[in-house]
Amino acid sequence: MMAYIARRLLAVIPVLFGLTLIVFFIMALIPGDPATAILGSYATPENVERLNRQLGLDRSLPEQYLIWLGNLMQGDLGRSYSLNRPVLDEVTERFGATLILAGTSLLLCSILGLLAGVVSAVRQYGLTDKIVTFAVLIGISTPSFWLGLLLILVFAVQWRLFPASGMYAIYGGGDLPDLLRHLFLPAVTLSVVATGVIARLTRTAMLEVLRQDYIRTARAKGLHESRVIWRHAFKAALVGVIPVIGIQAGFVLGGAVYIETVFQWPGIGSMLVTAISTRDLLLVQGGVLVVAAAYVLFNLLADVAQTLLDPRLR
Amino acid sequence: MKHLVRGVFLGLAIAVAPMAQAQTPPGVLVVGQIAEPKSLDPHAVTAVNDFRILMNVYDGLVRYAPGTLEVEPALAESWEVSEDGTVYTFTLRDGVTFHDGSALTADVVKFNFERMLNDDHPFADTGPFPLAFFFSAVESVEALDDLTVRFTLNEPYAPFLSNLAYPTGLIVSQAAVEEHGADFGRNPSGTGAYRVVDWTANQRVVAEANPDYWDGAPDLQAVIFRPITDANTRIAEMLSGGLDVMVEVPPDALAQFRDDASFEVLEQAGPHLWFLILNTREGPFADQRVRQAANYAIDKTALVEDILQGTAEVAASPTPPAFAWAYNEELEPYPHDPDRARALLAEAGYDGETVTFFVTEGGSGMLDPVAMGTAIQADLEAVGMDVAIETYEWNTFLGQVNPGLEGKADMAEMAWMTNDPDTLPFLALRTEAMPDNGGFNSGYYSNPEVDELLNEARTATDQDRRAELYKRMQTIVQEEAPWVFVANWKQNAVVSDRVSGLNLEPSFFLLLQDVAKD
Repeated sequence: MMAYIARRLLAVIPVLFGLTLIVFFIMALIPGDPATAILGSYATPENVERLNRQLGLDRSLPEQYLIWLGNLMQGDLGRSYSLNRPVLDEVTERFGATLILAGTSLLLCSILGLLAGVVSAVRQYGLTDKIVTFAVLIGISTPSFWLGLLLILVFAVQWRLFPASGMYAIYGGGDLPDLLRHLFLPAVTLSVVATGVIARLTRTAMLEVLRQDYIRTARAKGLHESRVIWRHAFKAALVGVIPVIGIQAGFVLGGAVYIETVFQWPGIGSMLVTAISTRDLLLVQGGVLVVAAAYVLFNLLADVAQTLLDPRLR
Repeated sequence: MKHLVRGVFLGLAIAVAPMAQAQTPPGVLVVGQIAEPKSLDPHAVTAVNDFRILMNVYDGLVRYAPGTLEVEPALAESWEVSEDGTVYTFTLRDGVTFHDGSALTADVVKFNFERMLNDDHPFADTGPFPLAFFFSAVESVEALDDLTVRFTLNEPYAPFLSNLAYPTGLIVSQAAVEEHGADFGRNPSGTGAYRVVDWTANQRVVAEANPDYWDGAPDLQAVIFRPITDANTRIAEMLSGGLDVMVEVPPDALAQFRDDASFEVLEQAGPHLWFLILNTREGPFADQRVRQAANYAIDKTALVEDILQGTAEVAASPTPPAFAWAYNEELEPYPHDPDRARALLAEAGYDGETVTFFVTEGGSGMLDPVAMGTAIQADLEAVGMDVAIETYEWNTFLGQVNPGLEGKADMAEMAWMTNDPDTLPFLALRTEAMPDNGGFNSGYYSNPEVDELLNEARTATDQDRRAELYKRMQTIVQEEAPWVFVANWKQNAVVSDRVSGLNLEPSFFLLLQDVAKD
């Protein structure tokens, strides 16, 4: 097992390397440059040239990339020119916030999705199944940024139950209840689509398992129905659902980009949006690197979990 | 499994339990900003969003008198200008200290400008300083004694005082720059009414009242600046009571705040111009009559009333009315007159040639560029012009427009905000300001008389003389129509009814020294 994990981790390195190379040259291909973005209306060729020199952007592209790579090897991600601080500090802070949001969403969508899937499989074609399926389809089809705004309008503006944006109260606050209060709306918004996907898949997987002979045997033995469903059927169905949860982890990370913007959550997604529009290459590189590494790790975790659950894979 | 479910519901219950959403506390003003500040070093930034904080933390040698764009004393008590307009001698206010306790002296002022202007200055690497060229006319800065500082310019340069009142002219603490180096921008120290005590990245900048402020300590205990990039979220936060002041309110939302008694909407016209650059070198707009036709054809009142919902006024000339002394009040905007436009087009022999129109998706001061571009296209097509729109993202757009329109387009949207009446026409209407010379005259307008007027106006030191020259320039440029003059934006803000004493300034700065909140 350890050897497998080590092998998978080693395979990540060339992927990340290739990724930084692609991001670097795509950023170079987008028209516009940081100096123009900073200077705005005052971007005369003379001013742009001077600023580029001061920012070290007058060097050739391969040279810039090699310098970046060299610094990376020493754990230095460079300095962001749009924020005037080390990229590493910004990325670490932002990624922490994203992990809290994405982690909570993932937890929410896994629990709710699995529950909904199991319930509708057990009550197949019953009223509960129809209601759950209807809700799940609505969830899958709702654009989450729109849902986010709607939730803000209802829960923050109308009823004032939750804060409209941010991660902590702007004065006081800072403790766990404060964080949870701020987390609720964005986490729910972010988890809705993933919940739907997981629910659909769990329902299918459960239906398949429930038709198996060993389930009939278990029932024939006189086992309690809940034990049949959770111990015998659910565990088997989970094996097929876990890789999907791994993929949903990637989806949740990606979805964080606009949910964070809507809720002003200080995470890495909203950071990337700003960094791209200000052409802050180093910040984009640092952010993408961390997100990609996280994505690969989530998938690895899902694979490991699956291996542990499924004796056939061991 | 069951434990997990119970755990989650418990968590949610805790989250919902303290239902009462806190209102902002008295004495603390929460301001909704449109983005995280880039830096709190006034010499290192270019965005109005950053200026809003900086103008409350630092002071310049001079500042704009309330409600105007005319300079008055600030850190400098008085000044003298030499006869030829090249030597400025300032007497500093005695006893002013920075937030870090160090004293304001002539040496500190000298340090401020040399750091920005000399590439070999020991602290030049604390930059870059993108707007340092505002002071490129400064040849030397000398400290004559503790409180007297002298600037020598390499040529007479009338906007100099006005530039000193701009954020790039704010004075920073030398001691703090020496202590923090490149991180000074995160550890700011000025002489202003508020001192920054906390900057939590992407969440808040907290500035406390400076009890020793030379111009009188503020009423408020503190100001908190919150970055909220999404406009809809900013509106929701204002409606839910999480903000006391919100700036740059989208036109669509203004009506809602106007109808609600718990909010007040503030507006102030500023030194902004939204215009269309016309390519005077080639294509249909090489003919002055076609350029005038475009000015007649476009219904600017409809743009301003319907699309911008009254958040702007119709522009008459290249100079915004906010520069009261330099503005030519005798000029009327081109009226909306499609018949006149058709007649001019027929007279010019316009043959229905397609006109390429560069439109941007957004950008600083561009208001609602796509909707405005579409309406303009419709107006021009109504008088028989065939207009093809090409839309670009802002930075790409600048990369297309700034090098000049030749071979690419016949017209392009553009907007400028400046702190003096000199910069825009000087950089965008002179023959010498063509793009190949590093200027912004992307439509290649050229008139030797205008060149002469602009050159003289920028070096003359007598304001009446400057006014006369600028007024004549406006008459000529309006007639020759190298641009379509569209709108002057009104800056807006919404404040809650607990806030008093906030006035918007034509400079677009947000000054909070006299603001109170119960």
